[in-house]
Formats: sequence, C-alpha cells, structure tokens
Amino acid sequence: MNQPINHGDAQNTEMIKKLRVSVPPWLGRLLLWLFPLSFLTIFFFLPLSKILAFTFDTSAFDADNFRIAGSALRFTFYQAFLSTLLTLLIGLPSAYLFARYDFRGKSILRALTAVPFMLPTVVVAAGFSALLGPRGLTHTLFPLSSFQFIGTLPAILIAHVFYNTTIIIRIVGTALSSLDPKLEQAARSLGADTFHVWKNVILPLLRPAIFAATLLVFLFDFTSFGVILLLGGSKFSTLEVEIYLQAVRQLNLPSAALLAVLQLICTLIFSILYTRFASRSTIQLAPRSTLIKPQTLKQKLFVTLFCILLSAFFLLPLSSLPIRSLFRFEADRGQRGEVQYGFTTDYYTELFINRRGSVFYVPPIQATLNSLGYAGATVVLSLLLGYPAAIALAKPARLEKFLDPLIMLPLGSSAVMLGLGFIITYGKWLTSPWLVPFAHTLVALPFVIRTLQPALASIPQRLRQAASSLGASPFEVWRQIDFPILRRATLAAGTFAFTISLGEFGATLLIARPEYPTIPIAIERFLSQPGGLNYGQSMAMATILMLLAIIGMLAIEKFRLPNTGEF
Amino acid sequence: MKRLTFFLLSVCLLLAACASQATSTPVGPQTLTIITHDSFAVSEDIVKAFEQANNAKIVFLQSGDAGAALNKAILTKDAPLADLLFGVDNTFLSRALEADIFEEYASPELKNISTEFKLDASNSALPVDYGDVCINYDKAYFADKNLPVPQTLEDLIKPEYKDLLVVENPATSSTGLAFLLATIAHYGDTFTDYWSSLKDNGVVVVDGWETAYYTNFSASSGKGPQPLVVSYGTSPAAEVIFAEKPLDDAPTASMLGPDTCFRQIEFVGILKGTQQRALAEKFVDFMLSQQFQEDIPLQMFVYPVNLNAALPNAFVKYAQAPEKPATLSPDVIAAKRDEWIQGWTDVVLK
Repeated sequence: MNQPINHGDAQNTEMIKKLRVSVPPWLGRLLLWLFPLSFLTIFFFLPLSKILAFTFDTSAFDADNFRIAGSALRFTFYQAFLSTLLTLLIGLPSAYLFARYDFRGKSILRALTAVPFMLPTVVVAAGFSALLGPRGLTHTLFPLSSFQFIGTLPAILIAHVFYNTTIIIRIVGTALSSLDPKLEQAARSLGADTFHVWKNVILPLLRPAIFAATLLVFLFDFTSFGVILLLGGSKFSTLEVEIYLQAVRQLNLPSAALLAVLQLICTLIFSILYTRFASRSTIQLAPRSTLIKPQTLKQKLFVTLFCILLSAFFLLPLSSLPIRSLFRFEADRGQRGEVQYGFTTDYYTELFINRRGSVFYVPPIQATLNSLGYAGATVVLSLLLGYPAAIALAKPARLEKFLDPLIMLPLGSSAVMLGLGFIITYGKWLTSPWLVPFAHTLVALPFVIRTLQPALASIPQRLRQAASSLGASPFEVWRQIDFPILRRATLAAGTFAFTISLGEFGATLLIARPEYPTIPIAIERFLSQPGGLNYGQSMAMATILMLLAIIGMLAIEKFRLPNTGEF
Repeated sequence: MKRLTFFLLSVCLLLAACASQATSTPVGPQTLTIITHDSFAVSEDIVKAFEQANNAKIVFLQSGDAGAALNKAILTKDAPLADLLFGVDNTFLSRALEADIFEEYASPELKNISTEFKLDASNSALPVDYGDVCINYDKAYFADKNLPVPQTLEDLIKPEYKDLLVVENPATSSTGLAFLLATIAHYGDTFTDYWSSLKDNGVVVVDGWETAYYTNFSASSGKGPQPLVVSYGTSPAAEVIFAEKPLDDAPTASMLGPDTCFRQIEFVGILKGTQQRALAEKFVDFMLSQQFQEDIPLQMFVYPVNLNAALPNAFVKYAQAPEKPATLSPDVIAAKRDEWIQGWTDVVLK
C-alpha cells in the first residue's frame, strides 16, 4: 500500500460506518443471489428435475444399459482428457502471445481464433473436409498420401482444440494481461530463469484463471455431441451421444435418464474439485498492462512461430468456406477429370430469392438481424445475471461454497433431456421467441461468471478502502478502482455471451425452431436437401456468419483499446 | 448498494417486458399449431389461402427430426403442445399408435388415396406423402470407368464395387434405418451375414444423410470419394432443380432393383386433447387435398398420396420410383427395431 491513509478525517470514517450498517451482510448476499438463482431454478433445475423424475425408473438398471453407460463413460473421459490437454498446449502460449505482445494483425488474429466457437458443427466439418477430406487440399497437394482423417480420434481431438482454444485465450489472457510484469522482472533480476519465473511466479498467479478455463474446456469436451457424430463417425460414442440415441432414436427415456444422471454427477464432481482447488488461490493485485513489441531474437521467434501456427490452424479450415461460397469447384456435368474452377456470386444472389415460395424462407438480412438481436439480448441478460453472482462468489462465504459448483451444471447436463424437460414444464410457453435469449443465457452464464469472478476477486480491497477514506463516493470508488479492472473482464465476458448466442448453442434446448430463424438455422435448412445451389448457399450463409463474428470481435476490441496501459 | 438496486430494477423491467410479451394472446383468428420435423416445408401462398378461408393462424413447430417430434408429442400427451402432428413415418407409426396420442378422423379426402398407404385402419394416422430411400449413383463415375451400374443388393458385395458405397448409421439416421430395413426385408434373419460381406467389401458408415451426401458422395457438391450413396429416389430431381447451372440431365440416378429401395410413408394425426377439433379436421382435409398434395413434391421432395395430384415436370423426368420397393409392417418394425439396430452395430461397427 503506497498511499498513507488519513485517519484523521472524521467525516469519512463516519460515512464508511454508515455504509457498513445500512445493509446487513446476509441480506446483501441474498439480494445478489436472488436473480441468478431464480433464473437457474426456472430455466434449469426445475425442468431438469421434472424430466428426470418423470422418466427415471429402476427398469433402466439392467446389464445392457450398464454396459452402454460404461463404455460411453470411458470414451467420454478419454477423449475429453486428451482434447483438454491439447487445447491447453496450444491455448496457453497463445494466451501469453496476445496478452504480452503487440504485433501487426494482432486484433484480426485474435478475432479469428474466436470464430470457430460460433460456427455450426456441420460447417466446421465441411471446412475440415475441404482441407483434409478425401478430395481436400492436402490430398491434391500430396496425392500419394492415403491417410484417413474424418472418422478418426485425431479428427475429434483437433476439432475440439479448434473450437475451444478461444476459451483459454480469453480467460487466461485476460488474467495474464492484468498481471504486473514488474513481478516477473523482479524475479528475473533476482536470477530466476524463464522456467522458474513461470513455475514460481506466473503460473501460481494464473492458477484460478487456468483452472476456470480448463474446467470450461473440459466440460465442453465432456458433453461434446456434434463433433463426435460428424467428425468421429459412427465408431465413437460419448455419454451425450448415447443420451440422444436412447431418447430420440430409440425412444427409451428411462435409459436416457440414467445416462443423463450419470453425466450430471460427473459434472458435479468436476465442479466440486474445481471449487476445492481453485477458489482459495486468488491474490489481490493492482492491474498493470504493458504490451511490448517483440525485441530479442527469442521473443521474435516465439511471436512469429505462434502467429504462423495459429494462422495456419485457424485460417486454413475457415478459409475454405468463403472460397467455396464464391467459386464453383465443379467439373461440367457429365464430364469427369478436369475440375473447372469458376468465380460466381450466384450463391449470394440466390440467398435473396425465395424460389420455392416456401413458408420457411428467411431473407439473409433478416436472419442476420435475428442473430444479432438475440446475441445483444443474451449479452445484456447474462451480464445482468452474472455480475451479482460473480460479486458474491468473489468473496465466498459458506453459502457460496455450496452454490459455486452448481453454477457449472448447465454446461454439463444433457441438452436433449433439458429440452424435453422444458416441454413438460412449460409447454406452449416455449413457442415464444422471447425464450431464445434466455436459453442462450443459460449456456453463457457459467462463462460470464467464471470470467468476472477472478477479476472481481483480484480487486485489492485496500485500494477501495483507501479511496473511500480519502473522500471518494462509492460511485467514485467504483469508477476509479473497480471499473478499470472490470472493464477488461466485462468485455471478455460479453464476448463469450455474444459468441455463444451467435453460434446458437442453446438451440437444442428449445422445443421448436424459433419463429425468427437465425443464421445457423438457415445454414442447416440449406444443407438438408441435395443440389449444388443448396450447398453453395449454405457456404455463403456460413461466410456471412464468419464475417459477422469477425466484425463483432473487432468492434469489441475497439472498446478495449483506449485506456489500456493507463492503469 | 446503488449498483444492486440498478440490477434489480433492470432485471425486473426485463422480466416484466418478457412476461407481457409472452402472455399476450392474439385476438381474432384461431391459432392452429402443427408440430412437425425439421424437413417439413410448404408454400407460403397456399398456407395463406387456408388461413384466410378459415380465419385461422397456422403455427408450425419444427421440433427436430421425426423421432424428436414424436417424442415431444408423446411426452406432452396430457397437455398437448399442438393440435396436429405431421411427420410420423411407417418406422415410428406403431410407437405413435401404442402411445395413443391421436384422435380418429375419417377424412372425406381418404377416398382419393390408394389403400397401400393406409396402414392404420382406425384412421388415427392418415397418410400424406411417401418416398423411397434408394441408393443414388454418380453417373459420370460409372461411365468413366466403364463399370456397369450395380442392380441388386447382391451386386454391392461383388469385388468390382469394393469401397464404393457410403451408408448412414441406422442408429442415428432415418435414411440409414430405411436401408437397413430394405436389407432385412430381402434377407430376413440372415441380414447380418449380408452386412458382414458389405463390411468386407469396404462399406463406409457415417452419422447422417448430410455427411453421406455432401462429404462422401462423389456426385454432390462436396465431391467425396464414394460414387454410391444411400439417399432418396427423388434426389436426382433435386440435383437438377437446385443445379448451379441449368442442366439437361441429372448427374445422378437411383438403383431401382427389387428390394434395393425402402418405402417411407409419412402420416398426419389430430392430437388428443385439441381444443380446435373442427379446424384441425379442416387442416387434415387441406393436407390431403389436391392443392396441398401438388405442392408437396417441390417442397419436400417426396410423392403425394392423392391419386389426383399431378407431378411437376422435373419429377416426372428425373425422380425415379422403384417398381418393387421393400416394405415391412410397422408392427414388426416396432417390435424388432432395437434388436436389428443392435445386431447391425455388432456386425458393422465392432
């Protein structure tokens, strides 16, 4: 603490006392939890417990079901563990890259890493096929290579890394850029080498953020569904896939309920472990942000190498979509051999025509506006609900120790069963488009809370007290101390909410396709029928989604830029 | 505490706004809700015409695939979400009838429908359309290689067709299930032997139709490696209608040999507990009427069941229907479906 506290200022001491007595602490905590908990109860606990109570019965306890559950559980753990490990391997250095270095094209590269997070699985699968598939780029370049990508475990792992690296970059990066680099410099000046600086200084300080990000990534991999089905092919089956098969294809709800409960218990165990290990290690630090240009050879090498790696990893699969939306890669009909490449804007112009006069046609601009509207509402809603919960969790009392693991449950519960739960609980209400942002918020909320919580916990209490004892009003304290620290975390949290909503993660939760179709729904509709024009239009729609995502990310970066380095 | 008050206030406002929106009921026309699968499609103008003629508002709830939509209807039996369910097919029909979710309705339009489609004698579930799941082939591939197009299921296990066929997993895909049923209709209990030979001959299995068609099939825009795919008899017509450049001929065609195709029939039913029985009846009549039936082919790429409905040109020219599609009774399918899928999985995926 640098500033001397003026103890003699009677007026201010008086004010602090007043503030302290005005709200009893338990009431304050209750108020903080009132809305987040009501929300979770209404949209999660109630529907889920209703469907489980309705479908669960002991007839599910037979040897066959246990065999299915056992093998699904084994594979689910195995692939989630490997995926998370690989994601950390790429994500942590990337987070460091973005948090510490300033280089050309940084904003666009960072925006790019977030794009996969919001693309529908079908589109990502198409991107990978275009690159690594049987007639993809790699096979064109190396015609003799005969390796099989789609339908293998590496395909699943790579797709998971592709999707989830952004989680590590955002959460750990945010924490890393708030670390005071002087700590690192001090350690170095005391003779510590890079390894020891990381081991003894940086990693311990980043622990809460790394734990939070790892848990989120692990849960996403653990409940993976589309990636397993589309890229893993038929040989692999996770718990979530089995639940879908049992519930929707075989109409065997008791067995689906058994698996869903199993998945829920696993999620709860992970969350409790997380709470045990991560929550107590917060260290309060004043934020400092310094971005440096790479100077030494080692730094330059690191930055260049990782930029190339990230660009290749993200750009190559993604770029096949816009390319495919503007070029015909067709041999003329009836001929084979020479593939003819032709530039065309047909797919885009066709988007604007309701050729079949279908009642389900949606103009691209309307789909874009619908997507943006839902995303905006989700950002506002999830921040409004996430803030009070994060404030309470940042200073955990006994209540929070119990509530903390529950926050993560929506991410680890079966979307199929929750969707069925919604139906039996709310029935006709579900047709309201107003429910869409609520469903998206359910998925976004754990991200928002886990992003805000470490930031809130890291605000030094002493600074606050000092400021108010120096005569700052509570608002002034908030504006001068909390806001600068929270600004960055709020942006990161808002970005998550935005991308989750744009990517339509909550769609499966809803009983029916919303009245106002979004871009991912439009993409699915095109891909459900044969024909070159349908395929091209789905690629055009996916390109629009990608552009929207990149523009959204860059706009959010703009908020971030002013004032950095000021604190 | 100021911040808190602000939170509470804004959350209240937001919830209030949502509540007032969600609970406001439309005045005037009666609303008729139809729960369907995601592949359902219909022309806007004929729906508008129905709405105007009957002072009604039609709401379509697209609720996932056919299995998901049926599941939702069964779960909400006591407080139905909708007045009608469209999209139960003959592989799920017995499940729907067992669950007793439909009200009987002998529509006058049934007289125009051939008896082969009326699988439910009680008229709880009325046939609306049918289509055949067939193997499509890449015409250019076989012409290029001077390879005769396979004609029968037996041909597919011959060495000259090794590694050429992609199918969907019957556990995750209804087209995959349909093709499995075709082989069962043909081979009976020895179907697993046939599949084991298919596996030895390099059959590729993927999760669903989208992947099979757009990623693996060589004649689609995805340009995959397999020139044979389990798809629909009408897919060649769709390839012409949705071509990038106008085509004189379809790039694909269907194998139509005996028992190579499986016929799917889709049904509509009035859900028990509807408050709109009269309007629901009118809508069923409308779905079976010539106007709606003639709209079906180009919207959903299946055939109308109404004998008076004329087919569009592209259908007559490029869509092919087999003379002898494979069929199995819905009761047998319902009874043995899980066992068959398990048997298939043990042979093909293990």
